[in-house]
Amino acid sequence: MEKHRRIKNMFYALKHDKVAIFSVIFLVFIILLSIFAFLIPTDPNAIDPENMLSAPSAQHWFGTDEVGRDYLIRTIYGGRVSLLVGVLAMMTSTVIGVGVGTVAGYFGGLVDNILMRIVDVLSSIPWMILITVVSILLKPGLQTIILVIGLFTWMEIARLVRAETLSVKEREFVMYSNFIGTSSMHIVIRHVIPSVLPTIIISATTSIANAIMTESSLSFLGLGIQQPMSSWGSLLQDAQGNLQNALYMALLPGILIILTVFSFNKIGDILRVLIEPKVTAGDE
Amino acid sequence: MVKYIGKRLLQAIPLLLIITVIVFCMIHFAPYDAIDAMTSPQMSAQTVQQIKAKYGYDKPVFVQYLLWIKGVATGNFGYSIVTHQSISSDLAARIPATMQLVIPSYLVAFLLSIVLGLTSGSHKGKWLDKLIDGLCSVGIATPPFWLAMILIFFMGYQFNLLPILGMHTIGMENSFPDYLAHYIMPFIVMVIAFLPDLTRYVRSSTIGQLSEDYVVVQRAFGASRFEILSKHVAKNVLLPIITKFGMMLPMLVTGAIIIETVFSWPGVGPYFVKAIQGMDYPVVMAILILSSALVILGNLLSDILYCATDPRIREMR
Repeated sequence: MEKHRRIKNMFYALKHDKVAIFSVIFLVFIILLSIFAFLIPTDPNAIDPENMLSAPSAQHWFGTDEVGRDYLIRTIYGGRVSLLVGVLAMMTSTVIGVGVGTVAGYFGGLVDNILMRIVDVLSSIPWMILITVVSILLKPGLQTIILVIGLFTWMEIARLVRAETLSVKEREFVMYSNFIGTSSMHIVIRHVIPSVLPTIIISATTSIANAIMTESSLSFLGLGIQQPMSSWGSLLQDAQGNLQNALYMALLPGILIILTVFSFNKIGDILRVLIEPKVTAGDE
Repeated sequence: MVKYIGKRLLQAIPLLLIITVIVFCMIHFAPYDAIDAMTSPQMSAQTVQQIKAKYGYDKPVFVQYLLWIKGVATGNFGYSIVTHQSISSDLAARIPATMQLVIPSYLVAFLLSIVLGLTSGSHKGKWLDKLIDGLCSVGIATPPFWLAMILIFFMGYQFNLLPILGMHTIGMENSFPDYLAHYIMPFIVMVIAFLPDLTRYVRSSTIGQLSEDYVVVQRAFGASRFEILSKHVAKNVLLPIITKFGMMLPMLVTGAIIIETVFSWPGVGPYFVKAIQGMDYPVVMAILILSSALVILGNLLSDILYCATDPRIREMR
């Protein structure tokens, strides 16, 4: 019963927040566009030497880049890469974070101590430095950037999940399962993880936004996605070189990054209503 | 208090040592090492051996590690394998440039965030709050380097108002107005980059404080909104924020990597990015160790400030 009320609360909050509705619509649109990008007949890598760096026109709605590739289609394909990195990096970091957090919180003692010290060490190195260093040790490219972002951003989720697990562990139903001899593995998967699920979903939403931001910074520095593949970040890197003549090259990917990150963060805020009913009560 | 600080300092040392071990291993197992950078396939085995001996790379790994740690502890980070310059003196020249950018912009962002956060929090739900909070959401989603590009386009190219690269025009190294002209754009971008997070923090603690009993009591006594905010709420909001100063410590070195790169500001940022691209491991290692040490020190400083400002925490320990 309680769960239904919370979901109702969430939809109530969603319905009465125009910005949130816009965020959902925008994300659905951009995700569909990325998935079905191959249906658009323009080739993102087709070079057109006659139309190099041409300004937006009827033929090329958002102009062309320095070798005459249509910029709109490149941005759409770039969004595909950016979103893919965001989602896969989020999954990697969420899986590691939830695993470490529940194990540390549930088993406590030495295991908890060791895992949390690892979290401390990793969080002591500024993320920007850590990620750039690791990305030079591996061959730059799509897999590397997903792995690098996923492997070094799970510490926050692990801390949150651990804290929640500590309190779930003391609840009667977990103590009862323990008493009747259910295996720890079973308890963690069937009881602990479902109880901390709302927290996981919220941090996952924010973590997509952060991963997209990190990816674009790395690609902008030339340490992320490499040619001929492009992401919003690497498109901005190209745009920097042509900034003087072609502001339009910087505008489109930049605005898309802002809208996407904004929307994911907004949805995270709305989802927060699910676990903290106080938030809505306070806002009304 | 002194005992607590001492205990925390002792705890920080093993943490730092572990980080140095990790960093050293990472560099050691990297596919391309310092020797590859200094030698070429045409060199004879003997020459390669000599170069190895000169830089100490012929010794066992743990000896290399100990030698390196000894250097770091005495402030000697070794030499760049690309430029063969002393890393310590390179950093000594670059860190002040980064500080000139980070400290004033953080302080300005800090002051602005207090004003904006208090205003927004005390007008919760009204249009002013919605405007400030909305701008913060957009600000958080905006990549600072993109903002920098847009500024460069309009201020630098379109209207030709400000220089877009570096710190000085060549030949005008001692001119302050020239320095200032180079300073404005990176400074503005840094302020905007720091602002949204801080403002949100102030806003949410203001909202928290305004629901406390003492505010109701003050209101019952007929205190004006401004009085309550400035005399009572501000104090309680400011205390936790002071601890954020600890977080500024690591930023003094690595807080502006991307912005400095975009504007070619001669700080640590371009130096680090160049080292990464050139696989200049000793430089990368030095910056990594330095920034990690500052994060650990910064956390320590935050905790100490907490203790110093909040008597309740002080008594607990």
